[in-house]
Amino acid sequence: MNDKTRFMLKKLLLYSFLFTVVVWIVLPIIVSILYAFSSKLDYYDPQKVIPTHYTTQWVKTLLFTLGAWDGIKNSVIVAILTIIISFSLGIPAGYAIAKFIFPGKDTIKLSIIALRMFPIPVMAIPLVVLYIKLNLIDTLLGVALAHTAMALPFVVLITSSIFAGVSKELEEAAMVFGVTRLGAFFRITLPLALPGLAAAAMFTFVMSWNEVFVASILTLKNRTLPAQILSIMAGSSGGAAPPYYKFAAAFIMTLPAMIFIFFARKYLVSMWGITLK
Amino acid sequence: MKLRLPYLLLLPAVLYLVFFIGYPLVQALYLAFTQNGHFTLDNVRRTIGDPYFWQALKYTIALAVVIIPIQLFLALILAVVMNRTFKGKDLALYALIIPLTISDVAGGLIWYTMLTDAGFLNKLLLNLGLITQPIHFFGYEYRNMEFLAIVIEELWRATAIVFVIILAGLQMISKEYLEAAEVFGADYWTRMRKIVIPLLKPSIQSALIIRTLFAMQVFGVVWILAGRDIPVLAGEGFYQLTFIKDYGVASIYALTIAALSILLGAMYVKFLKAEYLEVRT
Amino acid sequence: MVEVRLEKITKKFGDFTAVNELTLTIKDGEFLVLLGPSGCGKTTTLRMISGLETPTSGKIWFGDRDVTYLPPKDRNISMVFQSYAVWPHMTVYDNIAFPLKIKKYPKEEIDKRVKWAAELLQIEELLDRYPAQLSGGQRQRVAVARAIVVEPDVLLMDEPLSNLDAKLRVMMRAEIKKLQEKLKVTTIYVTHDQVEAMTMGDRIAVMNKGQLLQVGPPVEVYSKPNSIFVATFIGAPEMNLMDVTVKETDKGIALEGEGFEILLPEDLGEFLKNYVNKTVVFGIRPEHMTVEGISEVLHVKRKAKIKGTVDFVEALGTDTIIHAKVGGKIIKIKIPGHVPIGLGRPVDIIIDLDNIHVFDKSTEKAII
Ligand SMILES: Nc1ncnc2c1ncn2[C@@H]1O[C@H](COP(=O)(O)OP(=O)(O)OP(=O)(O)O)[C@@H](O)[C@H]1O
Ligand SMILES: [Mg+2]
Repeated sequence: MNDKTRFMLKKLLLYSFLFTVVVWIVLPIIVSILYAFSSKLDYYDPQKVIPTHYTTQWVKTLLFTLGAWDGIKNSVIVAILTIIISFSLGIPAGYAIAKFIFPGKDTIKLSIIALRMFPIPVMAIPLVVLYIKLNLIDTLLGVALAHTAMALPFVVLITSSIFAGVSKELEEAAMVFGVTRLGAFFRITLPLALPGLAAAAMFTFVMSWNEVFVASILTLKNRTLPAQILSIMAGSSGGAAPPYYKFAAAFIMTLPAMIFIFFARKYLVSMWGITLK
Repeated sequence: MKLRLPYLLLLPAVLYLVFFIGYPLVQALYLAFTQNGHFTLDNVRRTIGDPYFWQALKYTIALAVVIIPIQLFLALILAVVMNRTFKGKDLALYALIIPLTISDVAGGLIWYTMLTDAGFLNKLLLNLGLITQPIHFFGYEYRNMEFLAIVIEELWRATAIVFVIILAGLQMISKEYLEAAEVFGADYWTRMRKIVIPLLKPSIQSALIIRTLFAMQVFGVVWILAGRDIPVLAGEGFYQLTFIKDYGVASIYALTIAALSILLGAMYVKFLKAEYLEVRT
Repeated sequence: MVEVRLEKITKKFGDFTAVNELTLTIKDGEFLVLLGPSGCGKTTTLRMISGLETPTSGKIWFGDRDVTYLPPKDRNISMVFQSYAVWPHMTVYDNIAFPLKIKKYPKEEIDKRVKWAAELLQIEELLDRYPAQLSGGQRQRVAVARAIVVEPDVLLMDEPLSNLDAKLRVMMRAEIKKLQEKLKVTTIYVTHDQVEAMTMGDRIAVMNKGQLLQVGPPVEVYSKPNSIFVATFIGAPEMNLMDVTVKETDKGIALEGEGFEILLPEDLGEFLKNYVNKTVVFGIRPEHMTVEGISEVLHVKRKAKIKGTVDFVEALGTDTIIHAKVGGKIIKIKIPGHVPIGLGRPVDIIIDLDNIHVFDKSTEKAII
C-alpha cells in the first residue's frame, strides 16, 4: 500500500467517523422537530418513518391551552432577572479578582470554583421553608434568586477572565489623563469587555432557561417552561399527555436555546478555551 | 481605602453565595433532625426504612457508573479527532456542542420521540424488516429498557461537556511535546499513553468532577422517561417535597446528595492529582 | 552514523516558501552548522531532516536510504528543540530516560546513561525535579541531555545553547564538540551565533530567505564570502561596504569612491576588467585595516592608503573600534588593544589589499 492510498483511506475513515457522530447528534433533533408537526394519522402509521402531513395543532395547543406560552414568558422573566442580579453581584467580584492583588485572593477564587461544584439545585428543598416565610414561594423572583446562586460562581469566574484580558495599561492610561478608577472602568474596560459579557449573559440565560429542579420545587402556578412541561409530561406511566404533545414540547424547549447559542457560538467555543484555528 | 476596595467589591457576591449555601444547609439539618424543636432521628428512620431510598441511591450511582466512563472514552476519541485540522471542522464542532444547550428535560423528550413504540427508531427498524414487533422502551415492566433509554439520552446530551473540556485541555498541549516524543522514536500509541493522557490529567479531572456532580443531581430526564420506575435521589427528594410534603425526608435526600458530591469531589481531587502542576511555585 | 543528503528540498506553507530548493550533503560524522538570520528557514530545514515536516518537493537521503517520507521514529535521530519541548509531566530524570526507554535499554544501562548525561550538563542535582521548577537555561540543558543520551545516526540541535549564560555557553560548546568528535555522530547544529558557528562547525552553511548561500569550512566562509549577505552576516563588526566606480588608469585598475581612490595590484585588477566605468560594491573587514602610526602593520604585504578623520571611538577593552569619516561615509576600523586617539583627528587608513572584497552591485555576488 503506498502513501497516497493510505492517506486517502485515513481521510475516508476520519470523515465517516465524523459523519456518524454528527448524525448521532443531529438526527434526534431533526426527528423531534418533524414529529412535533406530524399529523396524528402519520404518527400512528407504521409505514411513515418520516411524516408527510404536517400540522401546527400540537404546538399551538401546548402553547395556548396547556400553558407553555405562559411558561415561556415566565422563563424569560426569570432568566432576565437572573442575568441582572448575577451580573450586578458578579461583575464587581470578577473585576476585583482580575485587577487587584490582595491577601486571600487565591483562597476566595478557589472557594468560588469549589462552590460551582456544590449541588445548589438540591439545596432548594430546604429553601422552600424560607420562601414560604418570605412570601417568595411561587414567585418568579424567588426562582431567579435561586438561579442566581447557581449562576453566580460561573459569572464571577468568566467575568474575571474577561477583565483580565483587558490590559491594565489601557485603564491606567485613562487614569493618567484624569479619569477616576470608576470612570476608567465605565469608559475603557466595560466597552472592551462587552462582547465577552454578552456571551456570558447568553450562557446565564441558557442555564436558567434549562433549569428544571429548582423551578419545579419553588413554583406551583407561576411555572417556568421546563417546570410546566415536566408537570404535564412527566413519567411514562403517569404521562397522560399523548406522545405528540411531548414531541411538540421538545421542539418548544430546544429551539430558543439553540438559536441563542447559534449567535453566541463564537464565544461558546472561546469561553472554554477552544480556538477554531 | 485602596486596600479595602477589592474586598468591598467581592463582598456582595460572597455573602450571597454563603447565604444560599449556608442557609439551606442549616435549614436542611434542622428539618432533617428535629421535630417540634427537639432532636429526633425519626426522619432518618423513615427514609432508610423506605426501599425507595436505597433504590434511588442504587440507581443514581448505577447511572453514573455506566454513563461516565463511556462519556470519558467517547469524549477522548472525539477530542483527539477534533484536534486535527480538516475541512468542515467548524461545522462538525458546532454540531458536537449543540447538546450543551439542550436541557435534560428536552433531551428526555427528544429521545422519547426516538424510542417510543411508534417513534422513529421502531418505525425505521420495522420498515427495514429488522424487527417485527416494536421494541418497548417505556413502562414499569420494561424498567431495564428505561434505564437504557436514560443512558442513551445522557450519552447523547452530556458527552458534549466532557468533550469540550478535554478538547480545551488538548489544545493547550504544545505540539512540540508530541513532536519531541516522535523524534525519540515513540509511536502513536506510546505518545498517547506517555504524553497526551498524562498531560490531560487536569482536564480529565475537572471533566469527571463536573460530570459526576451533575450525575448525583440527575432528575429531569429520569422524570420524563421513567418517572419513579427508576427512582433517583433528586427525584425522590422532589417527590417527597411536592407530593408527600414531608420536608424532613426531602431534606435528608438533599443532604445525601450534598454529602455524596463532596465525598466524590474530594476523591477525584485526591486520586487524580497532577503532581507536576502542584509543585509549581 | 550516516551521510545526510538533501536534494533540492523545498517547503511551502501555503504560498510562502520557507525553504527553497536546498541541496546540501552532510558527510558521515561531520559537524555542520546551519547559520542564518531569524526566519530564514533553519528550523524548517531541521524539521524536514527529522521527519516532522515533509518537503513539498525534493528528496532526503540517509546514506542510500530515501527517508523523505519516513516518519521520525524510523529515522534513528535525536533532536534538541528550539523551545526545548521538555515534557512538563515528567521529572528531569524521566525526560532524559525517555529515548532510552523507547529503545528498550535495560534498566541499569538507562540509569548509567542518564547519570552520565546529567553530569556532563551539570544537572545532576535536578534529576528529581519537574520542568516547572527549572530555569530556562536548566530546561535547555535537560533538552540537550535528552538528545545525547542515546547514540543516534543523526543529531539535530536547534539553537541548543541560546539561553545559557556566557560562561556556561563557552563550556558547553566545548563539551558538545568533544562529545561529537568522540561519538562521530553526524550533527546538524542550528545557531544565530556566529562565534558558535566559527568555533564549532567543521563546515558552516549560511542560509537566507529559505536559500542556501554558501557552504564551507569556517575560515573559507569568513575569508571568501560569495555574496554581500554572507560577507556582512559573518564577522563583527560587520564588513564595511562602499559603492565605488571601477576606473582604468595608466597605473592599472583603480576603485574610486567618495573621497578616496584605491589602486589595485594587477592580479586583482584582472577580475574587474569587465566592470570598467561601472559601479561595484567594495568591502573590507574592520580587522583588515589599521591606522598609520598607531598600530604596526607587519603582516600586511600589499596595502593601500586612504584619508579620513576620527569621528567616534568605541573602546571595547581588548579591541578598539575607530569610526572614521571618509568622504561622507563612516568606516569602522578594528585595532587590537586599547588605542587612545583624539576625535576629529585626521588619520591615514591602511587597507590590506589581500583581504579586500568586491561584489557585483546588482547580483550581490562576489567578484573578488
Ligand atoms: N507551520 C508554519 N506555517 C506557516 N509558516 C511557517 C510555519 N513554520 C515556519 N513558517 C515560516 O517559515 C519561515 C522559516 O521559519 P523557521 O522556523 O524555519 O525559521 P528559523 O530560521 O528557524 O528562525 P529562528 O532563527 O527565528 O528560529 C518563517 O518565516 C516562518 O514564519
Ligand atoms: Mg528556528
